[in-house]
Amino acid sequence: MSVKLFVPCDTTALSLGADRIAAALQREADSRGATVEIVRNGSRGLFWLEPLVEVETAAGRLAYGPVELEDVAALADSGLFEGAQSHPLALGLTEEIPYLSRQQRLTFSRIGITDPLSLADYRAHSGFAGLEKALKLSPQAIVDEVKASGLRGRGGAAFPTGIKWQTVLAEPEGRKYIVCNADEGDSGTFADRLVMECDPYMLIEGMTIAGLAVGASQGYVYLRSEYPVAHRMFKEALKRAYEAGYLGADVAGSGRRFDLEVRLAAGAYICGEETSLLDSLEGKRGMVRPKPPLPAIEGLFGRPTVVNNVLSLAAVPFILDQGGAAYADYGMGRSRGTLALQMAGNIKRGGLIELAFGITLRELMEDFGGGTFTGRPLRAVQVGGPLGAYLPESQWDSPMDYEAFAAFGGVVGHGGVVMFDDTVDMGEQARFAMEFCAVESCGKCTPCRIGSVRGVEVIDRIRAGDNREANLELLTELCETMVDGSLCAMGGMAPFPVQSVMKHFPEDLQA
Amino acid sequence: MGVPMSVPKTSAQNITSISPAIRAGFEDWTPALVKQEIDALKDKPGAMLPILHAIQDRFGYIPEATVPIIAEAMRQTRAEVHGIISFYHHFRTHPVGAHVIHICRAEACQSMGSRQLESHIKSRLGADYHQTSRDNEFTVEPVYCLGNCACAPSIRIGDDIHGRMSPDKFDRLADRLTTSTLELK
Repeated sequence: MSVKLFVPCDTTALSLGADRIAAALQREADSRGATVEIVRNGSRGLFWLEPLVEVETAAGRLAYGPVELEDVAALADSGLFEGAQSHPLALGLTEEIPYLSRQQRLTFSRIGITDPLSLADYRAHSGFAGLEKALKLSPQAIVDEVKASGLRGRGGAAFPTGIKWQTVLAEPEGRKYIVCNADEGDSGTFADRLVMECDPYMLIEGMTIAGLAVGASQGYVYLRSEYPVAHRMFKEALKRAYEAGYLGADVAGSGRRFDLEVRLAAGAYICGEETSLLDSLEGKRGMVRPKPPLPAIEGLFGRPTVVNNVLSLAAVPFILDQGGAAYADYGMGRSRGTLALQMAGNIKRGGLIELAFGITLRELMEDFGGGTFTGRPLRAVQVGGPLGAYLPESQWDSPMDYEAFAAFGGVVGHGGVVMFDDTVDMGEQARFAMEFCAVESCGKCTPCRIGSVRGVEVIDRIRAGDNREANLELLTELCETMVDGSLCAMGGMAPFPVQSVMKHFPEDLQA
Repeated sequence: MGVPMSVPKTSAQNITSISPAIRAGFEDWTPALVKQEIDALKDKPGAMLPILHAIQDRFGYIPEATVPIIAEAMRQTRAEVHGIISFYHHFRTHPVGAHVIHICRAEACQSMGSRQLESHIKSRLGADYHQTSRDNEFTVEPVYCLGNCACAPSIRIGDDIHGRMSPDKFDRLADRLTTSTLELK
């Protein structure tokens, strides 16, 4: 009888040798006369356990990890192919690993379970159920369902998705576009990548539903070039979705058209800003456009356009399938549904944690994260990417919620949480925030383009002890100018990490 | 400018004198080949980035001399095309070594020692960012996040991401890459 083994194929598992592990497992099975079928599933998002090998048994899937090449023979000797649990890397039933069982996975309910490219797997796990419902609804009824869910843009700006869709729907009929922002540039984030590598049909389904809702027949996914695995997987998923009739002139036999194409970005952080992204898609330099006009009214090629983050669109199939109210049941205050938190950096147990809004940072870092990787004391946490503030311990008890974070100057952003131990030099981190802005600024507005360069210089002088007090005052003013005077969030938020270091870690800005 | 690729002088020298670009799987560019790439894509809406990617993927870089060809086909000025190429970090106008190494410089990797890793790689290869090692094996580029942030620090070589990188692991990887290339040829 054939035994089914699972070896993930996402970027992280591959970056730790998953291909070699899969080949070694096959060799061990062959040499023992065992018949195995090795499925390349997506990752469960429990990255500290990758490569996480699973064996299917009558009791459920059993996990082993993190597996290194040298462990494979011993694992096979210990009876891995029969699901034996004697080896030190044996973790028991995957579903019962607390890190996973304590999550509330709505969007990520399938990742790691299925073969990402298998349409049969996708359908067997409620795939396309949302699309089927949407095909029976009027555009307005679809938009109403999304409004009822309370879903807000997961890219960082947290604008209500239903209202954005309503604006595009209200525009006169004609050419309209759905654009998916997959330019996931924030350090510490990988949730968009996981969607595209581990459950690509969910994004295809979400975008198709968006097209039906607003009357758009063309979609583009703008994917960063730093994600070669996601690009490969998603292109293949698109091909298969076309072949199976889920995309094209006759979506799922409905007579409605929806075409979808993935476009590769070219390594510019600013293109994650929606107007700059649109310029880039049009084939230009990715310069920020002033708003208004809103992209919902004059977007791609001057036409009404929905620009949504991967996670916003990926939440849509669940909302249509289970109803907006089911999604809104999760969360707190005005932050409804679940948030994909990504635990990264100097952390023992990094990975993806999908939970309703409201958990505190401390619970995340201690209960899930297990402290720092190095075992040293935790000193600072950066939430929300390179434009997010560094948070000192006094702020770790705030609940993860857009409004609660905004109240103290924090940023939830795209949900990335990067931990630093006590060896971090916060002065260096403040300098990097300005340096990064100087490298990545599109150059359209002066506060961002020039301010970031001057910011690096002033911080260098402060750290060198050159006229420290006067330069600190200058840096304070420079940060305020950038925050108030920049055209978009890049220049407007780049000072946040700097200001947080000045306020909470001033001892690191000494000579 | 189209830099001519080095041509093997004698068969005995074959192993080391084969152009790194060829070993990396890139072709020598010609105006006809460039036109071929442009023609295949130019009717797409917003075709410029797909065209630039296609040229770089095939020839390893976007030679300066292709700018007028692109400009004419796309009915834009050379300055506009140059402006687009230079805006994006991904596009390069010089040939590269047999392996392009992207070192992640972003915060999650910093928290796990990427600054030390970065200086180790640069000194071992004798190349700073945007430079190629003297033996033409490695080109070093910075990158801001590879999305592998829970297993930092990370580097990318070609299309392969490597997580939990350390100076020692890098040395072994670099040795393997240089030797396996020689064996293959």
